Amino acid sequence: MTTAATTRKSAVGTAHTRVEGYDKVTGAARYAGEIPFAGLAHGWLVLSTVARGRIRSVETAEVLAMPGVLTVLHHGNAQRLNTGYIGLMGVPDPTCAVFQQDRVPFMGWPVALVVAETSEQAREAAEALVVRYEEEPHDIAFAADRPDVYLVDQGPAPAETGKGDVAAGLAASAVVVDAEYTTPEEFHHPMEPHAATARWDGDLLDVVDSNQGATWVVSELANLFSLDPASVRVRSEHVGGGFGSKGVRAHQVAAVMAAAALRRPVRVVLTRRQMFSLTGYRSPTIQRLRLGADADGRLRALEHSSVSLTSTVYEFLEPAAAASRALYDADAHHTVNRVVRLDVPTPSWMRAPGEAPGSFALESALDELAEKCGIDPIELRVRNEPERGPVSGLPFSSRNLIACFREGARRFGWADRDPRPGVRREGRWLLGTGTASACFPVIAWPSTAAVTAEADGTFTVRIAASDIGTGARTALTLVAADALEVAPDRVRVRIGDSNFGPATIAGGSMGTRSWSWAITAAAAELRERLASGAGIPPEGITVRSDTTEAVGALSEKERHSFGAQFAEVAVDVATGEVRVRRMLGIFAAGRIVNPLTARNQFTGGMIWGISMALHEEAVRDRASGGHYGADLAGYHVATHADVPHVEADWIDDPDPDDPVGIKGIGEIGIVGAAAAVANAVRHATGVRHRSLPIRPDRVILAGAGGTADAGGTGTVRGTGTGAAGGTGAAGEARA
Amino acid sequence: MKEFGYQRALDVPGALALLDADADARFLGGGTNLVDLMKAGVERPSRLVDVRELPLDRIEPTADGGLRIGATVTNSDLAAHPGVRRRYPALAQAVLAGASGQLRNMATVGGNLLQRTRCGYFTDVTKACNKRVPGSGCPAVEGEHRNHAILGASSHCVAVHPSDMAVALAAFDAVVSYETAGGPGELPLTEFYLPVGGTPHLETALPQGALITGVTLPPAPVAALSRYRKVRERASYAFAIGSVAAALDVRDGVTREARLAFGAVASKPWRARAAERVLTGAPADAGTFAAAADAELAAAEPLPHNAYKVTLMRNLVVAVLTGLAEEAAR
Repeated sequence: MTTAATTRKSAVGTAHTRVEGYDKVTGAARYAGEIPFAGLAHGWLVLSTVARGRIRSVETAEVLAMPGVLTVLHHGNAQRLNTGYIGLMGVPDPTCAVFQQDRVPFMGWPVALVVAETSEQAREAAEALVVRYEEEPHDIAFAADRPDVYLVDQGPAPAETGKGDVAAGLAASAVVVDAEYTTPEEFHHPMEPHAATARWDGDLLDVVDSNQGATWVVSELANLFSLDPASVRVRSEHVGGGFGSKGVRAHQVAAVMAAAALRRPVRVVLTRRQMFSLTGYRSPTIQRLRLGADADGRLRALEHSSVSLTSTVYEFLEPAAAASRALYDADAHHTVNRVVRLDVPTPSWMRAPGEAPGSFALESALDELAEKCGIDPIELRVRNEPERGPVSGLPFSSRNLIACFREGARRFGWADRDPRPGVRREGRWLLGTGTASACFPVIAWPSTAAVTAEADGTFTVRIAASDIGTGARTALTLVAADALEVAPDRVRVRIGDSNFGPATIAGGSMGTRSWSWAITAAAAELRERLASGAGIPPEGITVRSDTTEAVGALSEKERHSFGAQFAEVAVDVATGEVRVRRMLGIFAAGRIVNPLTARNQFTGGMIWGISMALHEEAVRDRASGGHYGADLAGYHVATHADVPHVEADWIDDPDPDDPVGIKGIGEIGIVGAAAAVANAVRHATGVRHRSLPIRPDRVILAGAGGTADAGGTGTVRGTGTGAAGGTGAAGEARA
Repeated sequence: MKEFGYQRALDVPGALALLDADADARFLGGGTNLVDLMKAGVERPSRLVDVRELPLDRIEPTADGGLRIGATVTNSDLAAHPGVRRRYPALAQAVLAGASGQLRNMATVGGNLLQRTRCGYFTDVTKACNKRVPGSGCPAVEGEHRNHAILGASSHCVAVHPSDMAVALAAFDAVVSYETAGGPGELPLTEFYLPVGGTPHLETALPQGALITGVTLPPAPVAALSRYRKVRERASYAFAIGSVAAALDVRDGVTREARLAFGAVASKPWRARAAERVLTGAPADAGTFAAAADAELAAAEPLPHNAYKVTLMRNLVVAVLTGLAEEAAR
């Protein structure tokens, strides 16, 4: 090893701006919908306007005569697809396997694709296309007590886990919390809408797309169209956000189908409104938490049950109750996820699926328990730290939850907190603080990578990774630089191309960990080869890696990232306004590769938690079965003005079993964030809000004497002149 | 996407002529609402007559001490105008409470008055809406109406008017001036918007083909102590769920003159005259303020999911008037 190498500062752990940042801010970076193709035609999807029924006719004649229209694809003329396979994420969602049936299972189901010379012509024709339906009554009434709620028997994790006797545990407990929490239908719309261009070159299929995994999309398209995966290439160089929504969706399949029918490139771009039924969402949840504890707060019983919904054509489970499987133990411990099929679009993975809504319920319930026991919420968590995985019995790879709380408490000023609710007033605002735990699984999936030592002394890394805005490309550059013991500016990382070989998805917070593992392995072998001192030929020296064996050899452990969330809120109970004043998140989430983009990931999740707590809610219109206000004017997320001082930091927590020490940071930022806000609202006002979002009308109605969904033990006194003025005595918010 | 023509008018007669020549033409101001509605298919004009370059972009004092605001003055310029900020502060506050900086730079005073409701049924062409397709029905009455009207609505339509600016204008007795091919005309803002009744698609009393040329604020010394407060679901870039424009002239603890208008409660900015009557000549205290709110809200007919607005408006009136009274006492 040279002296230069030993004194080189590690690139990993050093703040680095995005390597493609200049291209992005100057517009040089091209996204899937704006890459030019010669002879490009444009497809526009036509979605059903009924929520359940059968297509009687698609009246194409008039539309085919419109200017520029090339074809109309629908169930009557579309090519048959193979849907009888099990892919990376299970069987395919029929929503993506377009135009295979005349049944309409939900409002917004793709019924046709109009292809024309220009996007405008396609749109005008698509809007003019008459589709006639035999409409049937739809059922979108989501409720936990429906008789058709059932236990899902699929998926990577069991739907139900249990040990001990919950009823007996509750009966023997000095303190019991038994409460229902609900979260609404939530959407994850990236700034860049879904877009794909498909082009056939002889028997080779070339797709330019915006996705979270080129390998994944190749395998789905190869299956659906009965192609050799080697004849399919998917590229996705820049992705303007994904959040779980960018897998295989109807637009890619429709584009491939149309490109085959017309033998020319076809692009399909989704509108924001189309995304509300085609690209997934987080199912609403109805969750019940039953906690039993001794007077000192030690849990005897923990039961977390959740009901979510799915479509009638595909079984997707939002595993909210799984949030309770790693955090807290009890002799009696039961978690169960159930689902009900309704005439609604298929939900999907959305940032921290399960953990985001599950942590709202669990961490709210813990806060309720702390208050009932008269124990500080952090101390309650300290007293319930498990030695081993509560469900699995396995040891933790590392567990630094309490260290996060200690550091967070110190920086947030938690020690000075008066636990009494509803006693801090500043003008018209009641102030409160809240905290919550965060926990998210640590995963690695096999990947391959190729690292080339170029003749000019630089290095090229090729991996079918996907940078969905996280900064993954930059993180991989830093990892590769350290593995090659060179400066980052000598490393070029190329991603987003299935020709680079199989690699896992940007999902499950595992992308950077899994890809880094493959890059590190290839780089290590390359350095050995270079150490022999032989010259580098003009084509360079390339080493390929495959981590299938190494990842498979990981011992069974409870592997998680952890975090402690803190929030301060201000609530005007006279007008129902809730504003977050500051948030702090301290995380133990493995080695942090790039502090700059990592902080962005954490705070992005926390800000999403503010949105989840206070704003986000898609409203379904009972009569039509479709959405009310399906756009980003109607579906509110936090604006800049809603996001005050949000700070994220981390403690040292390298993963001992990962070559780089990485755990994964993509999702944990949202986990527990909404609960911290809701717990702060309780502390501010004395009202426990168990239904998200904590809307002004809910705050006002709770202030007027409490409602079913905002009941709790405390209610804000009436909204007469005293409270209304916002200038009353500090204690007025207490019942 | 439907093709449409676009022409820029350079003077008022030219604009009127261009519109007159085409029954499906629309005037285009900042386009911050009309263009959105065109994208959604709610508006399908054959031609846009761009009136932003018309020489109507001035704010000038009137002979009697009021202000005349040109129709193409942008929302940003209106809010920044020293005379507006000093003499009608609630108007500047109302404008700044709306939309975003970018939108306010585009949006015009005339266009602001003519913006359409943001009711989600109105903006979704796959759904029924009496305002968009007369006689098709109003799904909001039985459906989603958490942010719909509690005052002055009918079973045909329960949508609310989205403007913040117009609420302050209503409180200050603004008069809308317009021009038609047959000559000019005027409408007090409080008569500018038609009652909903059975014709929610007929929104204003403007004659066919008329072009708004400006808004005149009569002198109103009471407006010097005025406030606009908007309650919304998030801190920015959202329409009100309830808002209040208020002005008080309090001397020796007694209200001599009061102006009060509500936003987001009706199909138009709601001038609260019943409340003003209770306030005038009465002690400026919380009890009177609450009684005034109650007097106005006695007519409220909330739907199952927007009854909270009655409480909200009552609380808001008391809070805003209390704040003004405290300021008057300083």
